[in-house]
Amino acid sequence: MNVRIIPRLDIKGPNLVKGIHLEGLRVLGKPEVYARHYYEHGADELVYMDVVASLYGRNSLLDIIERTSKEIFIPLTVGGGLRSLDDIRTALRAGADKVSLNTAAIADPNLVREAAKRFGSSTILVSIEAIRQPDGTYEAHTDNGRESTGLDAYEWALRAAELGAGELMVTSIDREGTGEGFDLELTRRIAQSVPIPVIACGGAGSPEHVREVVVDGRADAVSMASILHYGCLGVCDEDTFAVEGNVEYLSGRRAGFAKITPSSIEDVKRHLSENGVPCRYVPKEAAHA
Amino acid sequence: MPERGAKVAIVDYGMGNLFSVKHACSHVGLDAEITADRDAVLAADAVILPGVGAFGDAMVTLRDLGMDTALREVAQRGTPLFGICLGLQLLMEVSHEFGEHEGLGLVPGEVVHLGAPRDGDRVLKVPQVGWNALMREPRADGSDAWAGTWFEGLADGTAMYFVHSFVVSPAGAADVLARTRYGDVTFCSALRYRNVFACQCHPERSGPDGLRVYSDFAAALAPRESL
Repeated sequence: MNVRIIPRLDIKGPNLVKGIHLEGLRVLGKPEVYARHYYEHGADELVYMDVVASLYGRNSLLDIIERTSKEIFIPLTVGGGLRSLDDIRTALRAGADKVSLNTAAIADPNLVREAAKRFGSSTILVSIEAIRQPDGTYEAHTDNGRESTGLDAYEWALRAAELGAGELMVTSIDREGTGEGFDLELTRRIAQSVPIPVIACGGAGSPEHVREVVVDGRADAVSMASILHYGCLGVCDEDTFAVEGNVEYLSGRRAGFAKITPSSIEDVKRHLSENGVPCRYVPKEAAHA
Repeated sequence: MPERGAKVAIVDYGMGNLFSVKHACSHVGLDAEITADRDAVLAADAVILPGVGAFGDAMVTLRDLGMDTALREVAQRGTPLFGICLGLQLLMEVSHEFGEHEGLGLVPGEVVHLGAPRDGDRVLKVPQVGWNALMREPRADGSDAWAGTWFEGLADGTAMYFVHSFVVSPAGAADVLARTRYGDVTFCSALRYRNVFACQCHPERSGPDGLRVYSDFAAALAPRESL
């Protein structure tokens, strides 16, 4: 089975942003520009995550989804701030193929069951944000790891699968944005225990990290952000220099991310293929057809 | 590609994202409308039956909308009918998804579970979610199974996007166009039967190769339009 490589685009207002390890959010550019670039370079799916969870506030996420789904013909998952069946319907009507639930699913697990019944299991992805505890267990969190829930991440994963989630996205908050590699133990424990696909997220710093989380972590798919975004700075961020005080940050470019090797999707897939991990590889010329 | 698109009805029975199907149609110049109105389906130059979700619920909704009889009429008239994913499964006679459900019966055969596919010592996940290859079905007479179909522009082994737990097992005269291997399970991933063309994968979510299927679909409708 081909491993899926899924760029994750964190969105705030009209912008693609990325949290740089406890330093707050930085603006990287327009999400549609990155999305198109990834589509043309062999992304298997895309994830849009509204990091300020304001899908139904003033922001433009619905417009971004609509524009994206008209020109990008791969599956698009949307998450962040979805609270009800109506919210899910709105996101799907804007052109999302799947939605990702975290906070609302933890608050009301029955929402997962209802949503799976109403829209189909394969449309409902449950996102689990885990933080490792001193005793070696993992606790599920919400709000990018800011709010603890008291739920054991492993127990919650099993429950979410039973409730009818079609897939799980498992993010290690400890590793997220660090480039230190995925939390293999967290991923493996969950991926081996649920019958549904698990997308590993958080920590990719090199193509080798991706191979590790597939082979040792047993991930069915891998989501990544910084490693790919930094790999196309200079291609996708042309209009971004003047906004939100980013001049210094973006002109510094890759400096300061020593643990992250900026890579393209082709770099990641080539490394996987060369090491016996099957994936769908799209030659550049085919992507422009 | 037609100058003015042929009219395509996308059957809306309340599940999944139909917009990606509509966008793919628009992309290749087709005038597609998402509709739950059986008259609009009967008036269309071609009909797409998409779908994500449970077979039983989908059949109940189709019957409530009077869509089951409309689709049978569409099939009888010879109007091109394109089934996608659950839309392929609904065309069959019977499904064994959570009990036994009667399908539209437009294609002989049944719908069965993927089972427990294995790849070596690894049990694969069900649903299958992801990109997998379409293997061109060999013909006894050596002819090309994809010639004259909407797969004509694809290379053997082209990967398409799949999301499903069940598969079709066509019988008798149904023409298998492609099979796909998931671990040690091989299933029919596309078929043709009279004016029906249907596939288990989602061409509208399968990048440029998937769009090629839609442009062949549009090209096939073009001559009708110039009459």
